Amino acid sequence: MQRTVSTAVEDAPTGPTIPPAVVVDHLSKHFRLPHRRYNTLKERVLHPLQTASYDTLKAVDDISFEIAEGEFFGIVGRNGSGKSTLLKCLAGIYETTSGDAQTRGRVSPFIELGVGFNADLTARDNVIINAIMLGLTRRQATERFDEVIAFAELEEFLDLKLKNYSSGMAVRLAFSVAVQVDADILLIDEVLAVGDASFQRKCFERFDALKAAGKTIIFVTHDMTAVERFCDRAMLLERGRIADIGDPRAVARAYNEINFGRLPHGTIDPSRAAEIRAAWFETADGTRVTDIARGEPLALCVEVAFHSEIAQPRFHFHLRNESHHTIFATSTELHPIDTGTFRAGDSVIVRARMENWLAPGRYFLSPTLAALGAGPGEALDVRMNLNEITVQGERHFDSAVDFPHTIDIERLP
Amino acid sequence: MSVALERQRPHVLGSDLQRFWNLTWTLAATDFKLRFYGSVLGYAWTLARPFLFFGVIYLVFSEIAGLDANVENYGVYILFGLVLFQFFSEATNGCVRCLAVRENLLRKMRFPRLVIPLSVVLTAIFNLAGTLAAALIFAVAAGVYPTWSWLELPVIIVAVGAFATGVGLLLSALFVRYRDVAPIWEVASQMLFYISPILYVTTLVPEQYRDWFLVNPLAVLLTEMRAAVVDTSAPHSWDLVGAAPLLAAGALVVIAVVLGLYVFNRQAPRIAEEL
Repeated sequence: MQRTVSTAVEDAPTGPTIPPAVVVDHLSKHFRLPHRRYNTLKERVLHPLQTASYDTLKAVDDISFEIAEGEFFGIVGRNGSGKSTLLKCLAGIYETTSGDAQTRGRVSPFIELGVGFNADLTARDNVIINAIMLGLTRRQATERFDEVIAFAELEEFLDLKLKNYSSGMAVRLAFSVAVQVDADILLIDEVLAVGDASFQRKCFERFDALKAAGKTIIFVTHDMTAVERFCDRAMLLERGRIADIGDPRAVARAYNEINFGRLPHGTIDPSRAAEIRAAWFETADGTRVTDIARGEPLALCVEVAFHSEIAQPRFHFHLRNESHHTIFATSTELHPIDTGTFRAGDSVIVRARMENWLAPGRYFLSPTLAALGAGPGEALDVRMNLNEITVQGERHFDSAVDFPHTIDIERLP
Repeated sequence: MSVALERQRPHVLGSDLQRFWNLTWTLAATDFKLRFYGSVLGYAWTLARPFLFFGVIYLVFSEIAGLDANVENYGVYILFGLVLFQFFSEATNGCVRCLAVRENLLRKMRFPRLVIPLSVVLTAIFNLAGTLAAALIFAVAAGVYPTWSWLELPVIIVAVGAFATGVGLLLSALFVRYRDVAPIWEVASQMLFYISPILYVTTLVPEQYRDWFLVNPLAVLLTEMRAAVVDTSAPHSWDLVGAAPLLAAGALVVIAVVLGLYVFNRQAPRIAEEL
């Protein structure tokens, strides 16, 4: 992924009439990394000439992009790729080395939840103090207090000191305060890595509501599921530069490829025992398609190349819809078939043929390849959303699947 | 939305003065509340500290050293001196590490940088209000009755506060880069305690040293405090020396404030990354 995109305005799904909420113009942020840091006067006096010796870390390196008002924009990248530094520049926490970041409206960063929480104070005091720090007035903080507590579901623990809270409870409280903030632009940095599943769902619902309210949301994360589920656009950073920007699914795919050290399809990596080389969709007669009519039988196909001998590998297929719910999954493990023994250099195509009762919409195929007896997370190769298909149809009900069915009416006497 | 694009960078003051004040007040009030948190006597410690210290000093210096000779209301004088100096010392020493202590706020929130040292000074003002009230009661009980000249006290306090703020800003900004500021100021503020007229009165200082003695703004302010509050017949600082030392002392306060603001303002954009 060496493609560098300087501006991405053409990718914006929003029309040109909407003014950008964020304009980043050739922004760079460099950090000086001294070979030795002199923190005391004595050290500085003893080594007067050595202070000039330092390396420059280009955490963010001359990047430009715009974010439209009301957009949900994802920033992804590996650790150290510059995501958080960029976010801090957008938030006005770091001063840029060159270039600048301009924003329209009030900006509120959520870089860490519960900043300024004090363990010796009660939840009640902490909520008010934290809300004021986040930019509310005391009056607003008091008015919204009940709402905060209700959202956090901590009504019974109001007068408990924060040090007696579990970490999960403290996080819930912090998040509930944070979402009360009146900002036009929210900068969110992986704050959702915490909290239990049901609370995470609640957070995402809240994000949906904020998005519906027209807020601009910039979201830094490692969670590609969230990127695909929420973002209108996403940006992949690599070594402080934009590696990809645009469709969140493409960016998520690029992220997975960078993150797992893979090259785009077509190149064989001999260090792996086996790898998935491609995935596609076919009709019953073997024609490759990118869209298909509802009801027409479909084959999910994956091509696998083996680089060493493997007996009885397992092939898994996951088909997910746009809201990222798995609609259909199957595997050779569920159908205990003899998958065979393969030697280095062998290649196979595996097809899962299915009746297609998917509701109209886009679907994403994620194949997985695993050795016999491999546990969860031990796959030989996983490709998130490697290919997609659009199911065409007239009917547009809000359902995930669309089975063949009849409806009859029996009138009671 | 008709709002214009605004460049993002770290702010010293922020664009919203109401928010600036809200933040300063909230931080100071929380700090004040937490100061004696969990201690049995709680707030009483704020008063106990200067008064216990005062009791010992009074005994030692009046009964043993005999510094109270020819000083009207010596006890009241050292109490007020201690209260004022404690305010100065608390504000400046609190400022030294304040940015490092509040690192989280600076690195993870949009936080006007100036809020942090100012909230330290504000907390010191809260404590001063408590101890000063007690000191005034003590004064009346000791037979020093209010006069119109007591109205000069707020002016003296504002001057001490301004000096403390300027020095505090300077120290807090320097501490980010030079950690030795902390031990240096610890020693310096102790020396300042002894070269300021707290345990003794200015008139006790030999005449040939008075010019230099009263270059110290705290010495001038404490001398004025004596004339205004403790003993209206005591000499003002301008009765003791010429204009030059007093102008120098005034200039020191102004320099402290201006230099403090200048250095802090220069350091502010890089505080988040250098802490």
